[in-house]
Amino acid sequence: MTRDPIRLVTGRSVVLRAADIDTDQIIPARFLTGTTRDGLGGRLFADWRYRADGAPIADFALNRPEARGATVLVAGDNFGCGSSREHAVWALADYGFRAVVSTRFADIFRSNALKNGLLPVALDAASHARFAAAGGGEVTVDLEAQTVRLPDGFEAPFAIEPFAKYCLLHGVDELEFLLRGEAAIAAYESAPGGWRP
Amino acid sequence: MTTRPHTLFTKVWDAHVVRPATAEAPALFYVDLHLIHEVTSPQAFTVLRERGLRVRRPERTLATMDHSTPTTPPGSDGLVPVADPERRRQIGRLAENCAEFGIRLYPMGSERRGIVHVIAPELGLTQPGMTVACGDSHTSTHGAFGALAFGIGTSEVAHVLATQCLLQERPKTLAVEVSGRLAPGVTAKDLILGVIGQIGTSGATGYVIEYRGPAIRALSMEQRMTVCNMSIEAGARAGMIAPDDTTFEYIAGRPFAPQGAAWDRAVAHWRTLPTDDDATFDRAVHFDASALEPMITYGTNPGMVIPIRGAVPDPAGRPAVDKALRYMGIEPGRPLMGRPVDVVFIGSCTNARLSDLRQAAQVFRGRHVPAGVRVLIVPGSQQVKREAEAEGLDRIFLDAGAEWRESGCSMCIAMNGDLVPPGAYAVSTSNRNFEGRQGPLARTLLVSPLTAAAAAVTGRITDPRELLA
Repeated sequence: MTRDPIRLVTGRSVVLRAADIDTDQIIPARFLTGTTRDGLGGRLFADWRYRADGAPIADFALNRPEARGATVLVAGDNFGCGSSREHAVWALADYGFRAVVSTRFADIFRSNALKNGLLPVALDAASHARFAAAGGGEVTVDLEAQTVRLPDGFEAPFAIEPFAKYCLLHGVDELEFLLRGEAAIAAYESAPGGWRP
Repeated sequence: MTTRPHTLFTKVWDAHVVRPATAEAPALFYVDLHLIHEVTSPQAFTVLRERGLRVRRPERTLATMDHSTPTTPPGSDGLVPVADPERRRQIGRLAENCAEFGIRLYPMGSERRGIVHVIAPELGLTQPGMTVACGDSHTSTHGAFGALAFGIGTSEVAHVLATQCLLQERPKTLAVEVSGRLAPGVTAKDLILGVIGQIGTSGATGYVIEYRGPAIRALSMEQRMTVCNMSIEAGARAGMIAPDDTTFEYIAGRPFAPQGAAWDRAVAHWRTLPTDDDATFDRAVHFDASALEPMITYGTNPGMVIPIRGAVPDPAGRPAVDKALRYMGIEPGRPLMGRPVDVVFIGSCTNARLSDLRQAAQVFRGRHVPAGVRVLIVPGSQQVKREAEAEGLDRIFLDAGAEWRESGCSMCIAMNGDLVPPGAYAVSTSNRNFEGRQGPLARTLLVSPLTAAAAAVTGRITDPRELLA
């Protein structure tokens, strides 16, 4: 089973300056009662986007007219902290985001994002400030070159695990790769020596 | 066996590398115990079905229902009714998946059911030197036994179901050295809140913490679980504590503990796990437990924490604190002590074990919850519930005017119907005070079971030491 390869993400950005945006904000727990991955985009940032009566909160960044169609989210430090819920990544992707730019990602969120083709782009603080200041403008993430740039030519490098990069570039699925390790797994399970529970 | 000094983490890590990392791919890493629950597993079973895969090691997999399950009393059939159709469907799906794939499940009505991070240790499934994974970030709890235990996403739940393995980048190691000893009225919860306050909510991102030092050695297993549980709130991949006699005494005789000669072999192995004297860590921080007071959070992440008698800090120059205080409706510069509370929640995988309930009961005994305050006490498992009832703790809570419920995650994650009303202040023994965590617009203050009980019987934020004889 393969996925669509990802090389370049180009799109308008939307900025959420807050640091430590946790997965309970990205997708509140009361929307985790489903059994599929679908349809979570409408619930993305639900408690920041909507009042209790369901009316949109006009000044929330995602509700502004210029945010429509944005595919790159520029967020504050330590994005995706908290719960392991992959629903957070599914909600961002279902909404239409293809990349998130921050200065740091929580470990589990980062791992989940990479498995769903949502690019976690972690920048140094100075570069990040440029992208936050350019909110609403176009951003291009070049996965192959591991750079992210603005239309004015400003460009910043970002790090990504080589294996995740390979999988994203070639549309390789991690589970397929794991399944090909069957012989090694079987050998490990039957190896003598050492106390194993 | 080991030629150079190793940490507890590296010993457990190295023993579970099926195939080492290469320049191209991370290590293939074996999972000894896989815990699953109803919320983060259905989409993983869908992946298995789509690809025609089986669960590779059903005997290394344990399922329970905890997150979206009601805590209301059972009906005449002995089962707790699940009113909400979507939650009922999700709970039913777990039962179907476990039946189809041959996985042991403790369903609604089982006397072994409970919060996944409470039942695996109490059944003796969690053991030193193991690797434990679960689609839940508080899997770090099991590190209290010297296991390497961490939360995974649903894609990785499918990976473990299908292959019993994960592809893992090796994390760095962080030693949290805790000297001194906790003063009376100061608990393991206060200790971990203090540590998170010091290193911050992302202070351990990319690291596995080992909690070390005399203050840690003096903790019981249940207290160690409280500490390791909240490792994720500092961003850590996992938190671990070296196994010792306290650990072995806790495990001995539990249903899934090794027996007879196997027990002796196990203990001999477990004694080799603690960090070697001359091993080094990538980073170390120091913390003095003796100076610690009961702690309480004032903001919207667990790192925003102060001593119970301290003043809420000035947010000047810190937009995150300013935003948090506006959400919380709390003014800076003044203590939280004496503020009225609306709801008290004693429960969660952090603080719903028997010793937590015993501590709370100490404060509740002979006192009464004032009118207008709702107090919900939710044991961590059905076993904890039975043990508490055998000691009469339920009577103490009920006589004081608190609600005594069936086990589950309940108001910690608030997806089962147990909700804090909008704008209300909830003093909670859980692990997250994020905006809306306990219900839309709910305002959470994280504390120990002692401090929660003190708030419950006074209706105000209270230093529990004032109520302890």
